[in-house]
Amino acid sequence: MLKRHGLFARAAGIALAAALLAGCAAGGQDQAPQAADTAPAQAPAATEQGGGDAPAEAVDEVLIGLLGPWTGAVAQFGVAKRNGAMLYIDQFNARGGLQIRTVDFDEEGDPANAIVGYHWLFDQGINALIGSVTSAPTMAVVPEAFADNMPMITATSTHANVTVDAATGNVWTNMFRSCFIDPFQGTKMAEFAVEVLGAQTAAILFSNEIDYSIGLTDAFTVRAGELGLEIVAVEVFANEAMDYVGQLTNIAAANPDVLFIPAYHQHIALIGPQSVAAGLDTVMLGADGWGAALEAIADPSSIEGSFYLTGFTVEDESPLVQNFINDFVAEFGHQPNMFAAQAYDAAMILINAIEMALADGFVPDTDEFKSSIIAHMAATDIQGVTGHITFDQYNNPQKTAFIIQIVDGEARFWGTF
Amino acid sequence: MLFVSQLINGLQLGSIYALVALGYSMVYGIIKLLNFAHGDIIMVGGYIALFTLTFGQHPLIAAALTVAGCTVLAIVIEKLAYTPLRFAPRLSLLITAIGVSILLQNLAQYFFSATGRSFPGHLLLPQGGIALGSVQVAYTSIITILTSLISMVILTILVRRTRLGKAMRAVSEDQDAARLMGINVNSVITFTFAVGAALAGIGALMYSVRYPLMFPTMGAMLGLKAFVAAVFGGIGSIPGAMLGGYAIGMLEVLVTAVGLSGWVDGVVFMVLICVLMVRPTGIMGRSIMEKV
Repeated sequence: MLKRHGLFARAAGIALAAALLAGCAAGGQDQAPQAADTAPAQAPAATEQGGGDAPAEAVDEVLIGLLGPWTGAVAQFGVAKRNGAMLYIDQFNARGGLQIRTVDFDEEGDPANAIVGYHWLFDQGINALIGSVTSAPTMAVVPEAFADNMPMITATSTHANVTVDAATGNVWTNMFRSCFIDPFQGTKMAEFAVEVLGAQTAAILFSNEIDYSIGLTDAFTVRAGELGLEIVAVEVFANEAMDYVGQLTNIAAANPDVLFIPAYHQHIALIGPQSVAAGLDTVMLGADGWGAALEAIADPSSIEGSFYLTGFTVEDESPLVQNFINDFVAEFGHQPNMFAAQAYDAAMILINAIEMALADGFVPDTDEFKSSIIAHMAATDIQGVTGHITFDQYNNPQKTAFIIQIVDGEARFWGTF
Repeated sequence: MLFVSQLINGLQLGSIYALVALGYSMVYGIIKLLNFAHGDIIMVGGYIALFTLTFGQHPLIAAALTVAGCTVLAIVIEKLAYTPLRFAPRLSLLITAIGVSILLQNLAQYFFSATGRSFPGHLLLPQGGIALGSVQVAYTSIITILTSLISMVILTILVRRTRLGKAMRAVSEDQDAARLMGINVNSVITFTFAVGAALAGIGALMYSVRYPLMFPTMGAMLGLKAFVAAVFGGIGSIPGAMLGGYAIGMLEVLVTAVGLSGWVDGVVFMVLICVLMVRPTGIMGRSIMEKV
């Protein structure tokens, strides 16, 4: 008997079983949405702000709703958004005249809870809604809000189907957003490569396991084709991959003018140093996933000279942005991030439309008033802290992006593009 | 030119796998234990190197501390977890090894947090490289390949030419007979663990330079890959582990080079399955008939 063989096969079996179990456990956690029936008990966590001593006018106040996760796993996005939106609303109210009153609801990042929250807010008599924060709750609420003709704007939901009905392809005409959608970034970086860097050839290193990465890659490829930017190499990596040297060596052999890497900062921490080992010497381009790359990477010299795009930077020296930052720091004690800035702009877009609807003579709490807000939001042409914003036919913002370059191991604001 | 570059990539990766696979193979050879905590010893080594380098130690001191730390850790694990089970069924030992692996991962998560930390590889090895003709070869690749080759030569001399090496071979042949011949079996086993862990320490340094991201579970996949390498070469066989390491490293790079990088892990474990089905003793393994 080959006893050794028997023991060994058993051992290998146990190892594989352990790995499988670990995989199942990790997968199971993802798909355990919180029971929605606990929501009504928490619902009246709403606060009312503003109001008070408004001057007497025909219409002196308008009620709007805020929806987002103030607690739970994605609370950091929700709180940032609420802070940004409330800052604009408080500043607006401080000017006197029209007062915007708010009522808010904590949906904890859960789509079912978000629907409960929307109906509760609707019952409070809101005229418009800022929310939600992550894409799934927003997409859950949109059809309901559409049926109610409710003006709605999100600051942070980047999924393509937030403003478009996935089933029919129809646009949710009541739904707007102040953030980039994912593919927009790929388009922008292709344009940047050609128009600013004068690139003739490009390579792409992306993960086919990350929707974000796929979306950016597709958009980059399409725009590159239109602009005559030749894609000389496309390499793929797994989300959890450690080794990129093989792919980077292939890319180095193709010798592209630029390398587009739509990935997150933890990937860049590995790709950067390995690009040196692979002998790659080309300009790397990224997107907003690179945001924390410098904190993640020990030796920033390996990504020196790279460019990436972001929706907001505190280094923009225009007075509008600097005032926003100063006020935000004074109010909350820390620098605003991209989400807070986008929420500030979302509130600005919405309130601007509310003012115009009032100027047209519509009365709050009527259906005509809401329709007018929606029409004015669609015609937005406004300078926000995250850039100049207009909306395309899908209610996605067309705006300038902020380009960051790694110079001397620091993220420097290169300019808007 | 591309081929030569990828060849060097494969050799570098293979060197790391070979160093780790040797630890697996030696321990299996001597007490028939698949030491699944081996990959996690590398993780601990990576963190030791990270902290010593971050605190501004000289690279050589950091390297020495890493190797010493791995060795001490392996001896402690062997004494606390494996020695009490010397005469227990093999399966108990294996389960204990998996337990030690989980313990190390969770301790690391507790003390170092689950967040990845970037490894300052540029403080350990010189950056840049030299041009061999039209091929750019990084210093890190050259140093990794040479270090692992030197380590393996020293190991071979140790096992083949010294009394301690002879004792190791004797214990792996037959523990009871070795004990009757006056060999201190316990200290030989401890020594084997220590040598395997020292090689793992060197592997940890090389791995951290190539993959400069430290996190508590980083050793798990590396350990499994090295395990596949050891099986492929013939577990228990020292030259087999070296050969298996290089073979798996080259295979991974080859799979990536032809554009199937998403399939790398799948192909490696496919190799494990094929070897177990077709030739369970591996390329250089011997099948030992057990007499009743």
